[in-house]
Amino acid sequence: MTVQLITEKGKETADLAFAREVEERSHAHLARCYQCNACSSGCPSAYQMDYTPHRLLRMVQLGLKDRVLNSNTFWICLSCETCATRCPNDIEIVLVMDALREMALKEGRKGTTKLPLFHGTFLGMVKMFGKVYELGLILVYTIASGNLLKIKGLMNDAVLGVRMFMRGKLAILPPRVKGKAEIKRMFEAAK
Amino acid sequence: MGKIKYGYYPGCSLESTAKEYDLSVHTTAKLLDVELAELHDWNCCGASSGHCTNYELSLALPARNLAIAEKAGLNVAVACAACFLRFKQTNHDLRKNDALRQKVEKIMGVQYSGKVEVKHLLEIFGREVGLDEIGKRVKKPLKGLKLAAYYGCYLVRPPEVTQLDDAENPMLMDNLLRACGAETVDYTHKVECCGGSLLLARVDIVMKLVDDICQAALDAGAMGIVTACPLCMANLDTRQPKTHVPILHFTELTGLALGADKKDYGVWLKKHINSPIPVLKEKGLI
Repeated sequence: MTVQLITEKGKETADLAFAREVEERSHAHLARCYQCNACSSGCPSAYQMDYTPHRLLRMVQLGLKDRVLNSNTFWICLSCETCATRCPNDIEIVLVMDALREMALKEGRKGTTKLPLFHGTFLGMVKMFGKVYELGLILVYTIASGNLLKIKGLMNDAVLGVRMFMRGKLAILPPRVKGKAEIKRMFEAAK
Repeated sequence: MGKIKYGYYPGCSLESTAKEYDLSVHTTAKLLDVELAELHDWNCCGASSGHCTNYELSLALPARNLAIAEKAGLNVAVACAACFLRFKQTNHDLRKNDALRQKVEKIMGVQYSGKVEVKHLLEIFGREVGLDEIGKRVKKPLKGLKLAAYYGCYLVRPPEVTQLDDAENPMLMDNLLRACGAETVDYTHKVECCGGSLLLARVDIVMKLVDDICQAALDAGAMGIVTACPLCMANLDTRQPKTHVPILHFTELTGLALGADKKDYGVWLKKHINSPIPVLKEKGLI
C-alpha cells in the first residue's frame, strides 16, 4: 500500500510494505527507534553518507523506499557494529544495512558508489578459487572500476604495490582449494 | 593439563598480504606448546562482501570450514578478526535456528551440528595458555616499548556474538603485551574502525580513519600500534597519510619476547611498509 507524504522534498510516495520487508529480512525491531542519534554520533563513516544512520532508519519506518534504496548510506556503512553495540533499543542496525544492500542489488539499483562492484569482484574470486586471490582482486577491481584512469591514485597504488611485492606480501599465483567445485555449487545453491 | 590443540584457520590474507602474521603465529604457538593443525582444504569465509550481499552464503562459507573441523574433531583457532566474527556469527545464527542450520547444510551439501567452538588466537594465548605462564616463559622482556593495542571492530563487536572482551575498553591484548614486558597506552581509538572493507573502493575514507587512529596513538605516546587482524594491518600499514607509525601483529611481539630465532623474526619484521626495525633496535630488542 502506498500513501502520499509531504516531506522536505515535496510530495513523496511512501510504500508501507517496504518497512515490513526490511523488518522481515533483518529481524530488527525498527519501530523501537526513537531518534536518539547514538548510532550516527559514533558512526565513523557518517560524514560521507547521504543520510546518517538514524535518519535512514526513520526513512525506512516511513516507507520512503526510493530515497532509501538510492542512497549511498548502506554502501558507505563499514559494518563496524559501533551503532548496533551502542543502540539503547538493541536495533541490529548492521542487519538493516545488510537487508538494504541485498534489496538494492535485487532491484538492480547500483547506487552512486563502487561498492557493489567491489563486493561482486571479491565474491567472484572466492567462487572461482575458493579463497580470495588478493593480487587478482586488486587488479580486476582497479580495471573494472575505472581507477586505472585516475593517474594520481594509480601511481600511488602502483608504488605501494611494488613495495608490497618487494616484501613478499603479494602472492603472485592464485590460491588453491581442492573443493573448488563444491564451493562453486554452494554459490549456485545460495543464489 | 594436556597439550592445547586446535584446528587452525589462517584466512586468505595470511597466505599473501599478512604472511608475517602467519609466520609469527606459528613461532608463538611453538614457543607456547600450542599445536595448530591447519584445517584441511579450508575456504574463504566470505568476509564483508559475503554478509553485505548474500546472508545465506555468508553462513555457508564459514560453515564449510566448521564442518571440516567437526569431522577432524577439533575446535577452531582463527587468526583474522574478520574471519573470527564470520565464524562466530555463523555459530550464533545456526545454533538458535535449526531450520536455518538445515538450509545451510543443504547449500553446503555437508552436515554441521553447530557445536564446534571458535576462538581467536588472542584468547588461546592470553587466556588458555594464560598470562602467568607467558610471563614465566618470556626470555626477552619488551622493556621500553610503549605500544597502542588496537582492537578495531570484529574482535569485540557485536559483543553478544564475539564474546571476547569489553566492547568499549577491551584489555586482553594490553594484558598480553604487558605480560611480555611492554607498556601499553590508554588512548581514544582502541575500538574505532580502520575502514575495513572500503580498503579499495573508498581509499579517502580509509585514510581519514587510519590517520585518526595513528594520531591518537602517537598523542598517547605510543611508538607502535599492535593489531590482531590482517585487514587492520593492511589498512594501518599502507594507508597512513601523514605519519609513519610502525604497525605490528601481536604475535610478532609475543614471538620476539618468547625468544624467537633471528632467522624467524628477521623474515617477518622485514615485511612491513612502515618498518618496526628501527624502534626495536633502539630498544635493544633485536
